[in-house]
Amino acid sequence: MLDVRGLKKVYEGSGRRIEAVRDLTFTVGAGELVCLVGPSGCGKTTLLKCVGGLLAPTAGEVSLSGRKVDGPPPGMAFVFQEYGRSLFPWMRVGDNVELPLRQKDLSRARRRELVGDALASVGLADAAGAYPWQLSGGMQQRVAIARALAYEPEVLLMDEPFAAVDAQTRADLEDLVRRLWRERGITILFVTHDIDEAVYLGERVIVLSASPTVVREQLRVDLPAERDQVHTRVAPRFAELRTRVYEQIQAAKRGAATPAKADMPPSG
Amino acid sequence: MRGVNAALGAAGLAGFLALGEAVPRLGLVEEDYFPPTSRIADALGTEITDPAFWTALGDTLTGWALGLAIAVGAGIVIGVVLSVVPYLREATASTIEFLRPIPSVALIPLAVLLYGTELRSVLLLVVYASFWQVLIQVLYGVRDVDPVAEETARSYGLGTWARIRHVLWPTALPYVMTGVRLAAAVALILAITAELVIGAPGLGARIAVAQTSQAVPEMYALIVVAGLLGLLINVGARSVERRALAWHQSVRGEVTV
Repeated sequence: MLDVRGLKKVYEGSGRRIEAVRDLTFTVGAGELVCLVGPSGCGKTTLLKCVGGLLAPTAGEVSLSGRKVDGPPPGMAFVFQEYGRSLFPWMRVGDNVELPLRQKDLSRARRRELVGDALASVGLADAAGAYPWQLSGGMQQRVAIARALAYEPEVLLMDEPFAAVDAQTRADLEDLVRRLWRERGITILFVTHDIDEAVYLGERVIVLSASPTVVREQLRVDLPAERDQVHTRVAPRFAELRTRVYEQIQAAKRGAATPAKADMPPSG
Repeated sequence: MRGVNAALGAAGLAGFLALGEAVPRLGLVEEDYFPPTSRIADALGTEITDPAFWTALGDTLTGWALGLAIAVGAGIVIGVVLSVVPYLREATASTIEFLRPIPSVALIPLAVLLYGTELRSVLLLVVYASFWQVLIQVLYGVRDVDPVAEETARSYGLGTWARIRHVLWPTALPYVMTGVRLAAAVALILAITAELVIGAPGLGARIAVAQTSQAVPEMYALIVVAGLLGLLINVGARSVERRALAWHQSVRGEVTV
């Protein structure tokens, strides 16, 4: 479904050369929910932007259903961490959700239906007439998720979407993502720095190394599909997986401190 | 609080008018050149019954509105084009910085040479002065586009035109509104200046006629009218701004959820 092969991204500017992503290869199958987790500053956002066609990779390629991604593909929707800046304050919630649909060739009635349905799925059926800034942070992120759902994407990319909301809201939103994934069968690539979140949400967790980034390990999460905040998080298997990912991340950080120095890119 | 402020404002104005009445009457200034408030009010009363006054007011407003409309339209279109087309902003920056500080009144001789005392003379000066106000604000406003909003729009497949319409324009709108408000005030100043100096028909020309014919209270009455016009224009521009920017944090105030 989603194929990332040999992805490399180097930022160059004003005499500095920063290799953000070195060599990433992984796939996400149709209908899978995959979490990408890595130490902070490891180029997760860069990676996701390359996957979403917002940034052009320096080398390697991304393909969606066999087609090369060289710009934002129509079958992909993006949920950003900064919901407050990603939603347009000059549009009401309903219009925010509808705007991407206006670029598609859909009838007015169909657009209305999609907007109503998407807002209902995130529990905000009666918020269509409000402005985003009249809602709480968690509700705003729900609107951003509804906007992505209404777009009917094959793949949903989520870039640390819950990093800026409080812990309780975060738990609710995690359950929301699990539920939507199961109900709608969308493919989700979810980037996070939170190990617990990655294990709780994902069917598979890809652990990234520190920058310059490579895939360190891929882990299948063999927890039951039916998960809940109370029981799943105290299950022994959850603790094992969590510990495993945690160790990998710690090793990634240490690994970055010593050998990476040797192959630092030449300066200038 | 609001009522108190309004009352204070009214009291201040009344005090000022009373002062204007008292000072000439007490002989502190020459009454011939500074007529008391009541005589100015009298002259104003006579003016507004004169059809020629209304024609002059209409001429001034025509020059103001047409000039402002041209300046705003051109300022917005050129500002957006300069920002959207790569390298154009950098290529034009120095030229803009050179042309912008030229005082519009310095173009009066040119306007007279080109168009004499026609409306077009007034328009030339009004448009030149107010165009820069709008253009500069548009250029700043466009630069304010949030990269996250821009990326959101791109990720959802919005094309260039859709991004201008739904992201760039609403972002720039608060700046554009400020530009229009400033331009509206400047346009009035230039319209009256042009009429006064060039003699194009309008309030300014009428003020000049009143002055040369020693009709001092009438002259003051016309100046008062020009002031009221400026006041109305500013109030009008502000209310348009509030309506158009109801969503903006400068207008909406704090919202509690």
